[in-house]
Amino acid sequence: MSNASSAPTHATVLPNGWQMVIGLEVHVELDTKTKLFSASPNRFGDEPNTNIDPVTLGLPGALPVLNKHAVELAMRLGLALNCTVQASTFHRKNYFYPDLSKAYQITQYDQPLNIDGYLMLPGDVRIGVERAHLEEDTGKSTHFGGTSGRIHGSDYSLVDFNRAGVPLVEIVSRPDIRTSDQARQYVSELRSILLCVGASDAKMEEGSMRVDVNVSVHKPDQPFGTRCEIKNVNSIRAVGKAIEYEARRQVDVLESGGVIRQETRHWDDSEGRTHTLRTKEDADDYRYFLEPDLVVLDPSQEWIDAVRAALPMLPAARRARLATAAGVDKESEAIYVIVERGQDDYVLSVEQSGGDVARALIYVQQAFAEEGAAPKVPAKDLAELIKLEGAAKITATQAKTILAEIVASGGGDAAAIAAAKGFEALDTSALETLVDTVIAQQEDAWNKFCGGEDKAMGALVGAIMKASQGKADGKAATAILQSRKATK
Amino acid sequence: MADSFASVVQLAADIRSGATTAAAVLEQHLARIDQREGEIHAFNLVLQDSARAAAARIDADIAAGKDCGPLAGVPIALKDNMCTRGVPTTCSSKILEGWKPPYDATVVTRLHQAGAVIVGKTNMDEFAMGSSTENSAFGPTRNPLDTSRVPGGSSGGSAAAVAAGFAAASLGSDTGGSIRQPAALCGVVGVKPTYGVVSRQGLVAFASSLDQIGPFSNNVADAALLLEVIAGHDPLDSTSIPQPAPQLQASLTQGVKGMRIGRVTDMPQGCEPEVLARLDAAFAALESAGATIVDVALPSLEFGLTAYYLIAPAEASSNLARYDGVRYGNRVGAADINAMYGATRSAGFGDEVKRRIMLGTYALSAGYYDAYYGKALKVRRLIADDFAKAYASCDVILTPTSPTVAFPIGAKSNDPLTMYLCDVFTIPTNLAGHAAMSVPFGTGAHSLPVGVQILAPSLGEVPMFRVAAELERAS
Repeated sequence: MSNASSAPTHATVLPNGWQMVIGLEVHVELDTKTKLFSASPNRFGDEPNTNIDPVTLGLPGALPVLNKHAVELAMRLGLALNCTVQASTFHRKNYFYPDLSKAYQITQYDQPLNIDGYLMLPGDVRIGVERAHLEEDTGKSTHFGGTSGRIHGSDYSLVDFNRAGVPLVEIVSRPDIRTSDQARQYVSELRSILLCVGASDAKMEEGSMRVDVNVSVHKPDQPFGTRCEIKNVNSIRAVGKAIEYEARRQVDVLESGGVIRQETRHWDDSEGRTHTLRTKEDADDYRYFLEPDLVVLDPSQEWIDAVRAALPMLPAARRARLATAAGVDKESEAIYVIVERGQDDYVLSVEQSGGDVARALIYVQQAFAEEGAAPKVPAKDLAELIKLEGAAKITATQAKTILAEIVASGGGDAAAIAAAKGFEALDTSALETLVDTVIAQQEDAWNKFCGGEDKAMGALVGAIMKASQGKADGKAATAILQSRKATK
Repeated sequence: MADSFASVVQLAADIRSGATTAAAVLEQHLARIDQREGEIHAFNLVLQDSARAAAARIDADIAAGKDCGPLAGVPIALKDNMCTRGVPTTCSSKILEGWKPPYDATVVTRLHQAGAVIVGKTNMDEFAMGSSTENSAFGPTRNPLDTSRVPGGSSGGSAAAVAAGFAAASLGSDTGGSIRQPAALCGVVGVKPTYGVVSRQGLVAFASSLDQIGPFSNNVADAALLLEVIAGHDPLDSTSIPQPAPQLQASLTQGVKGMRIGRVTDMPQGCEPEVLARLDAAFAALESAGATIVDVALPSLEFGLTAYYLIAPAEASSNLARYDGVRYGNRVGAADINAMYGATRSAGFGDEVKRRIMLGTYALSAGYYDAYYGKALKVRRLIADDFAKAYASCDVILTPTSPTVAFPIGAKSNDPLTMYLCDVFTIPTNLAGHAAMSVPFGTGAHSLPVGVQILAPSLGEVPMFRVAAELERAS
């Protein structure tokens, strides 16, 4: 998934001073071996109804037993989101649906595990996290026949209980988000944190991270408007589009004298619009009550402290560390991309091997997109390449050719490759001689360049590169051309 | 009367010593079943084939010198709400008719490990909702002491099976008195252990915060032995107390000298005079054995019934929602999913179950929660507080188990409120999560047995059994 944090702003300002108020509810599947309340595997993509057991199927007499590792991952996430971890309880949320085997979902209700945290967005924007609580996932229904793709009107439905009982954490933001860009940044940053602490693989396309969006609009001096909840928002891009659409829809309704009803709406990505799923009036009464089959979950202070102590360095701190080392803005795209890929340690280790960190940052961003947090290319090999280029032994173009070869073969000695390819950079005096020769030969282009035609410079540099058989450094040649022009 | 049957303790000793065999003991019980099961209907299912195979295995193992456990070869009956692997478990409901669990309840596993022979699955009020075993979808169970009368409920089949000598002992479940009341009405011993002492894993839930499995037996020592076998921590039940089983058998001979026995001063009305007379006799017996009688007040006791009939149905409405016809049990087909749910549940559940599902759903609904379920939870806390105060001045409390002796079949079945009053003495224990047991102590009206209930605080099984043993000696 590409990072959206530093993507250009195309959030439109709403007309007539209307302002969006956005809150996000994000469900993430925890990366545990087994389910939240049973020993069945928590694994995506297996044959339907193979990861099941009496608890998962809600068989009579089967009882839930809480997965300690799921609690630990939830605490890890909560602490990473600056939450307070507290004594918490589980409730039953009662409703009938074929993929809900017990006809209730076990979830945390009025006493969630993690409360009162926050998450920082670029520009020091602080978004409150109201809670991050544990709950179990439902099974997955597939409806056949009919036109709506829903159970009503279908010919038959099949249920896969592999997902039933998979541990989820629901992270509920406060309504602190004001633009669709911020919403996308929030999801992106949350995803980075989830990956960093190892709580979830956070794949929106596989459903291990699911975002529900609450949107309302108001005038700044007025109380918040009535909100609508949007479901089926399946990518970070769709988060932005759905918010933009829904906010404009609400403004249109209000501007034409209508009122917004509190309702749940469905995002149709292909149509690019939302439509009503159910209104507040026909919402289920979930009859929540304390789950009598479980006891209070009250993590000891020692446990909380141990989880906190074991937290890895979080994305924000890692971005700051990398930006400082590279001497670039901590909100630049390269910094976000590298930290999200988990390649910042690698970039810093290139520096330790003597490679310029700013150069390493660019090369890793460009050439290591397919690599994980531990690229195959040894850091010292990349450092040697950067040193060679830095010492002007090879040109930037040659360096890129060598880099591609090193990446393709998982490492390599840059100097040896350069020698084998006959790469060498012209030294400054040789290059100056070559530039002057080209100026003399290409009089027409030279005059146009001096007259301010930028295209002419390309022709001159191209001629210099050709004459040098690729050994000239493009940037250095441009600099000489500029200085010749200035002293003409 | 019930006490004419050989005790579990004796049977197990004789089978181990070779004085008799598991097969011979089983055949005695099967013969009694042949004789009287037709009129009593204690069982939903008699497992003669698997029981004979198990008895033969036990006999072979004993012949080979193996230690087969403390219940080796003893025939035990199970209430039909305890899951038995591959064996139908119906809760006496049409909705589960034919369903075979793929696993054993923890208590069943422990009985097997102790060498018990499972003789059958006993009849009950549907999903344990009732006090007479008349609410079974498969017909009522009759009281072996007077077959025109009910055996009590909801574990009426388990009580009747012991009273009729169909099994040497049995297990029941007690949510509001469903072990103790039928024990009293059938003249046997019945124990509701402290909540969390016996695993509920594999017990089909009625009201999860109240349900507890316990034994029925012909005498106090047998109950102690059975409870020792089935009790103790189970990691598969999160509400299971992380402690080993209590050591009860050693306490049976300790007597009651120096013990303080509570007498409730503000007793609910409506007891038969003969029942109260037996209670007085019980106090007198304990006093003459060296105990002190102490007056205690339990002012919130009268609200127990009301709180119970909100909390238990509320939990039941959730626990029974899974019987939707989608995955197991009976399904009644219909045009769409909601119609299928409705048709399946309308056909599958009996009236009392439907009544409680509706009551519980209502009590939990938005706008009513605080007035009903929420208030009931507060009463539950008050009852626990009252008990805590009472137990500051006494070790156990004695009450009647049931306000009446066994009543005629049909006498209360059309009047749910009168039926609910059967549990007025037993319900508060479940709300508090405490231990209690019923011990037969003579007879009342119509020469039918009267049970005395011993209430004990949480994990008070040892003092409770000391008093039970003393009452048994005095009766």
